[in-house]
Amino acid sequence: MSINQSGWKPAIGDTQAPAAATYTGNRALMLEEALIFEIGDTRTTGVDFSPSPLQGRGPGRGEVGASAGDENAPLPTLSPEGERANRLGGLERTASFGLPGLSEPETVRHYTRLSRQNYAIDLGLFPLGSCTMKHNPRLNEKVARMPGFADLHPLQTMDTVQGALGVIHELAHWLKTLTGMPAVAMSPKAGAHGELCGLLAIRSALEARGDARSVILVPESAHGTNPATAAFCGYGVENIPATAEGRVDLAALTARLGPDVAAVMITNPNTCGLFERDMKAISDVVHAAGALVYCDGANFNAIVGRVRPGDLGIDAMHINLHKTFSTPHGGGGPGSGPVVFSAALAPFAPLPFVEKTDAGYVLVEEETAGEHHAQNFGRMTAFHGQMGMFTRALAYIMSHGADGLRQVAEDAVLNANYILRSLDGVLDAPFGASGPCMHEALFADDGLAEGFSTLDIAKGLIDEGYHPMTVYFPLVVHGAMLVEPTETESKAALDQFIGALRSVAERAKAGDAALKSAPHFAPRRRLDETLAARKPVLVWKEPVVAEAAE
Amino acid sequence: MSRYFTEDHEWIDVDGEVGTVGITEYAQEQLGDIVFVEVPEEGKELAKGDDAAVVESVKAASDIYAPVSGTVLEGNSDLADEPALVNTSPEEDGWFFKLTLSDAEELEGLMDESAYQAFVSKL
Repeated sequence: MSINQSGWKPAIGDTQAPAAATYTGNRALMLEEALIFEIGDTRTTGVDFSPSPLQGRGPGRGEVGASAGDENAPLPTLSPEGERANRLGGLERTASFGLPGLSEPETVRHYTRLSRQNYAIDLGLFPLGSCTMKHNPRLNEKVARMPGFADLHPLQTMDTVQGALGVIHELAHWLKTLTGMPAVAMSPKAGAHGELCGLLAIRSALEARGDARSVILVPESAHGTNPATAAFCGYGVENIPATAEGRVDLAALTARLGPDVAAVMITNPNTCGLFERDMKAISDVVHAAGALVYCDGANFNAIVGRVRPGDLGIDAMHINLHKTFSTPHGGGGPGSGPVVFSAALAPFAPLPFVEKTDAGYVLVEEETAGEHHAQNFGRMTAFHGQMGMFTRALAYIMSHGADGLRQVAEDAVLNANYILRSLDGVLDAPFGASGPCMHEALFADDGLAEGFSTLDIAKGLIDEGYHPMTVYFPLVVHGAMLVEPTETESKAALDQFIGALRSVAERAKAGDAALKSAPHFAPRRRLDETLAARKPVLVWKEPVVAEAAE
Repeated sequence: MSRYFTEDHEWIDVDGEVGTVGITEYAQEQLGDIVFVEVPEEGKELAKGDDAAVVESVKAASDIYAPVSGTVLEGNSDLADEPALVNTSPEEDGWFFKLTLSDAEELEGLMDESAYQAFVSKL
């Protein structure tokens, strides 16, 4: 026989033996990555130059350049001083100015390693309440990458971009139809930009009737951008209290209305995850007082295809294409926040917008708005908005259809309620008795062990392999945990998340000391947020090299 | 010198015409670690209830209101470098600003120490 020359004899040793620290600090595929300034050295900085205009001159270099193949053209010459000299005429830098010095492979590895420490919707359930971190369908990406869309330039002539204008027009049609509103501004670039657009239209409408007002009312549970937008528009901001069940207090709102109130900003469904049942009554009293209704449409995902905000008396509402209509969000951005308008505000909508004529699509701008849109309040952006998001959102809408979009809302609400009820008896749900939640489930920190907080639960979820839910928002609930699963999670995915959240919550209630120091398995342990805020280190500082002892 | 309290958790020590304003131990405990404080500039006129200073914790920013009307004499410059003083010594070294009272009668609407403690115990 031949002997086992390789010596390979698989044998399982003691699999429970404790691990030794590694030389590199890496733990198998969990790679410890240094700061970019600490990698490489300044002699290896890579620079990509455009093709030289001299390229292609000289014999045998005929591929590139305008003078390709001109064998009589002189070859590029080195400087007279020779090969090592530059042509900077003495202007070259003599000291480092602190750029990282990485070669291409070092750069590629650096960012690839960092990307592996990231969490993303493509990796797992992303339960950030109020953010609607839903799956970004690959069909959207395929459509957006079609050359006819991807290679557009905003200054192309109208006759060469009829298809793109058609996309904007078609998407506008869907947004108007789904909201029951007669007009839409497509150019705002994200939610808060949309809020600004809506309030500027409201301001224009009030000023046009000679009734500029000074106050915007905002519920206590509003997104922080609502009062910020109102203040940015020059309005004073006042809070509207909520009822015990977590909805706008209609009586308190009615009592506050008066000739100084310009508008009310309401999120529906609201940030407690509840549908504002009194929305029509709210709109009616607001209109009766001569004010207008702005709706923060960030939570439209819960009602798309089921409720038309126009039927509820809304005058303006932004729609986050990067939430409800599945365009990338959170690092993958950019956002896009078209604003729909009621008939009362439509004349004041900003430019530009797309109109369909017998001769094709036209872009209505300052030069062409003429008298039929003379009251427009101006322009929000230089060009037309986030075209790349329009193609993705329209791909999403058309691939789902009206019935599919309705199911989006139904499944989003079903998933959130499944989470809410599955945690009965584990986490306190302050509005659990207010009826079914909409697209997100809200919990409070009641019942945790002494010294344990919502933050500990969030950090524990990191060890369980999840991005934490939204914490400490809305402000009206102590230690708030706002969980939004979205409609694209399967029951199996929801069950695993529920199991993880239940386990972490029970540890927080039992006072498990190990939870106080979570996360244990993340690339970094719990960070000192106070020190980071008090003494932020905003630039890299070259470590001082200790001089060698004489 | 006597100390008064507001329902918004400011305290004011009054010595003659000069008041020193800060936030209470209860308030700092509720806010958590303070990371930034903005105090009013000398000479600023404040009416009772005006936004006078800003205090930021890791998570939130809160306004500090003027407990009474007056003119700011000075802000506590130590807080710029060491906002943590509000946590460690809210009712002494962590004071926010001093002002000259314009209407001492406004003090009558404020609480004394025992009334404030009773107020806090019900929160």
